[in-house]
Amino acid sequence: MLEILLDATVRAGTPILFATLGAIINERAGIINLGIEGLMLIGALAGFAGTSLSGSLLVGVLAAFGAAFLAGSIHALITVQLRGNQIVSGLALTMFGVGITALFGKGMVGLTIVGFKRVAIPGLSQLPIIGNAFFNQDLLIYFSFILVFLIWYFLYRTRWGLGLRSVGENPAAADTCGFSVSTYRFLAVTIGSGFVGIGGAYLSLASTPMWIENMTAGRGWIAVALVIFAGWSSPRAMLGAYLFGGITAMQLRFQAMGTTVSAHILQMLPYFFTLLVLVISTIRLKKGAGQQPEGLGLPYDREDRK
Amino acid sequence: MKLVIERREISSPLLRFSAPVASIFVALFVAGFLLLASGVKPLLPYKEIIIESLGSMYGLSETLVKTTPLIFAGLGVSLAFRMQIWNIGAEGQIYMGAMGATWVALFSGIENHWVMLTAMFFAAFLCGGLWAGVAGLLRAKWQVNEVIVTLLMNYIAILGVDYLIYGPWKDPQGFNFPLTAQFSDTARLAEYFDTRMHSGFFLALFCALVLYLFMERTIWGYEIKVIGSNQKAAQYAGMNTAWAIFFVLFLSGAIAGIAGFGEVAGLQHRLQHGISPGYGYTAIIVAWLAKRSAIGVVIVSFLMGVLLVGGDSLQIMWQLPVAFVYAFQGLILFFLLASDFFIIYRLKLIRGNAHA
Repeated sequence: MLEILLDATVRAGTPILFATLGAIINERAGIINLGIEGLMLIGALAGFAGTSLSGSLLVGVLAAFGAAFLAGSIHALITVQLRGNQIVSGLALTMFGVGITALFGKGMVGLTIVGFKRVAIPGLSQLPIIGNAFFNQDLLIYFSFILVFLIWYFLYRTRWGLGLRSVGENPAAADTCGFSVSTYRFLAVTIGSGFVGIGGAYLSLASTPMWIENMTAGRGWIAVALVIFAGWSSPRAMLGAYLFGGITAMQLRFQAMGTTVSAHILQMLPYFFTLLVLVISTIRLKKGAGQQPEGLGLPYDREDRK
Repeated sequence: MKLVIERREISSPLLRFSAPVASIFVALFVAGFLLLASGVKPLLPYKEIIIESLGSMYGLSETLVKTTPLIFAGLGVSLAFRMQIWNIGAEGQIYMGAMGATWVALFSGIENHWVMLTAMFFAAFLCGGLWAGVAGLLRAKWQVNEVIVTLLMNYIAILGVDYLIYGPWKDPQGFNFPLTAQFSDTARLAEYFDTRMHSGFFLALFCALVLYLFMERTIWGYEIKVIGSNQKAAQYAGMNTAWAIFFVLFLSGAIAGIAGFGEVAGLQHRLQHGISPGYGYTAIIVAWLAKRSAIGVVIVSFLMGVLLVGGDSLQIMWQLPVAFVYAFQGLILFFLLASDFFIIYRLKLIRGNAHA
């Protein structure tokens, strides 16, 4: 029972994990990205279309990354180069994503593909309780484990990571030190968006190998909230995404067991839980746990430097 | 030769007015390519949109039907914008308002027409207001990000209404469809000219006027504007900013909630699934395009009404998904944001090797 629940937790948490990681990269550079929901949809459709046309899952994942990268570059252009309002631009990106995937996804509805299959890691998958949930999964899930580590390593152990963080904390100081604020921010938004796209592709290539209009159902917004819970750190994002995945898995389990509680009430749980987590982590943040990038949400203009 | 960006000394009023108009036209142009890519010649749908929404009395009445909730929700969102507060939850607040009004209509047993409508109005006002008030309270007390809170609460509100209409409030004579029983005539707004247009439209115009007077002629409106432009200065001046944040979000949600009242009392005469097809999200664009004015909200709501009615006909004629309208709205916002840049800055070509 616990093993099944844990397995469902990881599978439900993975799309959110990719999206949260992508959002963290954005926000570490100081750019708020509220387009996550739209980017996930773009990734989901591009991933499905790529795989459906080529027959290769790898092509699908690359297409998802590429399409979300391109869509993210709109947000990057507006917020970094044109110094536009980040909140409005992000909302616009979500609307754009919802609309354009509905338009171009029309022909994809009802098509089927062969999705990601489980690949057991010899030895590790035999571990009691966690073995099946963590080491008998598909390749995208293994990739998410690696990505969590890579992002942590990049942010805290490389010079570029230091540059990215300083651009998000204090762009004027970073500029003085010779880091190009606009290059760092542009790449953080676009590459981060690409990872969000892979999160969307997980839905259409692994969770349910098909395209459904608006299939993300608010997961992008949950990811935006989890960034705060994660305190802008990738290992904590993993914890947050799996906590959310756990709630979803339990909710589905309850429904499958045929409880008398209405399905609509059960479906509220993940959103309600995310709200609760958001409130608690915001209060913790104020007490000094974790740190929000200082320059988050502020456009940078060299002429404004003091 | 070198291209440099420089700040304009003064921004021209002409540019500020023409930028939003230009953004819409550029968005139309780009959306044409999206239409082409999905196999539709772009000029035909545009003609169709205008004919369907403005070309007949019926079309015009349908446009006003859709303009009505947009005005309410747009006013609500733009009120919060005035204080740099982001209410992205108008959609949920519409659902909550519709729920409150429906509760009064079905279960209060009021017999008098005007008492009934007044009670429904205030139920919607209160439900929408309290729903947004949660975000206001969290923001005022602990600085919880109101964008995420209001947005997540949309999903909860829509599921909550679904719970009621699939469960306890379901019409026993409704053949198991997810809707409540029809309202009696006491709980309906007046309709005109044999169309679906209802008195909610005039209520919306009145509401815009009241809000304009509230912002321009009262001390509360003044405080909201001060807090919006400089929160620190407002605090030094002794204004209670925490209370103002709660109050503004409450009022913002309450006005959006009235849209829900208008939809159930004027249009649907019952609560049903999908009572708002995204008016709350369109309201964000309405508020942003209208900048700071209540009159602007009315004008832009009408434009968006045209777009929504046209969008419906595109769905029928070319099987384009309704959500296509969202892609178009996103494009408008992108170009609007881009145009803002050119209001503040200008590109200048510098000849020779002079230092810029």
